[in-house]
Amino acid sequence: MDFLTLLQVLDTTIRLATPLLLACLAGLFSERAGIFDIGLEGKMLASAFLTAAVAAVTGSVLVGTVAGIGAALMLAGIHGLASITFRGNQLISGVAINFLAAGLTVVVAQSWFGQGGRTPQLSGNARFETIDLPLAAEMRDIPIFGPIYAELISGHTLLVYVGLLMVPLTWWVLFRTRFGLRLRAVGENPAAVDTAGVSVVGLRFAAVAICGVLTGLAGAYLSTGLQAGFVKDMTAGRGYIALAALIFAKWRPWYALGACLLFGFLQAIALRPDVIEGTLGFEVGVQLLDALPYILTVVILAGFVGRAIPPRAGGEPYVKER
Amino acid sequence: MQKMPQWADVVLIPLISLILAALLSALVILAIGENPWAALKLMVDGSMGSTYAWGYTLYYATNFIFTGLAVAIAIHARLFNIGGEGQAMLGGLGVALIALYIPWPHWTLALLGGAVGAALFGAAWALIPAWLQARRGSHIVITTIMFNFIAAALLNYLLIGALKPSGSMEPATGRFPESTHLPTFQDMFSTAETALFRGAPVNVSFFVALLACVAVWALIWRTRLGYEIRAFGQSESAAKYAGISPTRIIVVTMLMSGGLAGMMAINNVMGEAERLVLNAVEGAGFIGIAVALMGRSHPFGVLLAALLFGFLYQGGAELALWTSIPRELIVVIQALVILFTGALDHMVRAPLEAIFLRLRPAPKPARKTEPAE
Repeated sequence: MDFLTLLQVLDTTIRLATPLLLACLAGLFSERAGIFDIGLEGKMLASAFLTAAVAAVTGSVLVGTVAGIGAALMLAGIHGLASITFRGNQLISGVAINFLAAGLTVVVAQSWFGQGGRTPQLSGNARFETIDLPLAAEMRDIPIFGPIYAELISGHTLLVYVGLLMVPLTWWVLFRTRFGLRLRAVGENPAAVDTAGVSVVGLRFAAVAICGVLTGLAGAYLSTGLQAGFVKDMTAGRGYIALAALIFAKWRPWYALGACLLFGFLQAIALRPDVIEGTLGFEVGVQLLDALPYILTVVILAGFVGRAIPPRAGGEPYVKER
Repeated sequence: MQKMPQWADVVLIPLISLILAALLSALVILAIGENPWAALKLMVDGSMGSTYAWGYTLYYATNFIFTGLAVAIAIHARLFNIGGEGQAMLGGLGVALIALYIPWPHWTLALLGGAVGAALFGAAWALIPAWLQARRGSHIVITTIMFNFIAAALLNYLLIGALKPSGSMEPATGRFPESTHLPTFQDMFSTAETALFRGAPVNVSFFVALLACVAVWALIWRTRLGYEIRAFGQSESAAKYAGISPTRIIVVTMLMSGGLAGMMAINNVMGEAERLVLNAVEGAGFIGIAVALMGRSHPFGVLLAALLFGFLYQGGAELALWTSIPRELIVVIQALVILFTGALDHMVRAPLEAIFLRLRPAPKPARKTEPAE
């Protein structure tokens, strides 16, 4: 594998890792607050659809993204209602949300655009445009560093940089602010937070809402950044890979970045079987690469390689009086 | 203390949830500019209007009985098996291997062999998540989700590689030999004059599914193991004090759950397709979740809920055929059923409980306390 091919693969890695990263950080907020969320997939899908649909109608990707975030927030609201207010089973609620999104997006897309459950192709202002960082063209000729800067770091869409910036931001919010401390506490021991006079319900709803916004961004990136328009089931299990990455990262922001880049890299090299064969000298089945994130997560979950311990109060509704 | 009579819990709550789901679905249909009443009539006609329609409804119901029972039996041990999809895929692999590589003299033996193979493969796919939950504490929901994806990748790999007949372009196995053909309802019930169930895929595995319902009922409520499973599901610590091994219960329950999900393959792979195709399960593993929740984890409830979803599935296919409503409407209805019967259970339950508490006759005539005058 020569240098340029490597850069191409890594470039694809960053683009494919972005939706995973945004969804993974979304799950991080929710699960750190004690609300399990296997509905990441559904929220991404709903946002991907509404972003593309509104962008196609209005011609503005920003308006579309706001609408997409709104769709994800609605589903997050349902999840919060079911799992916080009515103290239902969070896992079942997540499953329901995934199906709700999978069904509604196609039904609505069909009646809205009549193109077999997809939105029209987006172009121009209806998509996120790539951003060339300053001096990218000038620095291209510098050996090694130039191409890395020009090819790999520069030339992505806005949401890629937003996703990358979300990592330190998430770390800062969770570990350096009072809100973050309380949010983590509510995922470990809600009774203690309640005793301190802080609203458990409020904190958990806030976490679920942040989760909605971030999955909304992830979905918007899928249909307007990575691809040009919505197609049926376009998340293709990314919500679950994000969930796997979250466990792989043991619910920590910087590790989440690493896990998402790793899983993104697996997806990126799956697209280039020639590169794998050239590097390793033998063929690796695409299916193995597809399954690898899940296999790695099971291995991590099994606790043979560094045990993953979830937030202690995760998945349990909080009941004030017993 | 019980807040409401048993019948309200068993009948009323699922019914109200179903009505809520139906109302919201009707709103969706209205919103996309179709008539919900006409849609319902079309669905009823298309799924129950003829023996052909019934043949499809019952065929789908057979799948959902197996996957519904699989989820239900796990719920009794308070395990949420979301991996029915992957287990059913592996069941299909088991059936395919047994049908393709063993020469069966008669369909009865093939059915038996296929059922055993399907159950074994399905159970094996549930074994690792079960063991990880029991011994390492990894959450079974997450591991079974992961195993769904691993199963999909595995079948993908096998169907474009080792199992594909040479020269074929399609990702599927070759046709199963004639001796493994299961009699369909058409073979069984048609007479020379009247052809019933013509061309419908419902076959003898429907009766196997009914047997499975009875077997699960007997197991849960009439055996020592069933008692242990329920005790474990009610309270893990109490079960431990009673000498019940959590590891054993988790592993055994999940093996049975995976086996039941796998057995779905005798219907869709052996009975209908007669070869293993890519994505043969078509989401039936997930519908099992809705079926089990709706059926209150009781085999008879599962049977009724499976019939309901069979009706929705076949009716939905008819809708997609004759109107502009896409098939995915069924997925919406399924999601709403899961939401109301599973996650929003308290929302439905709380007001009902309040009503029943108010209606309850006072246990003793309340002593009148006269205000001092």
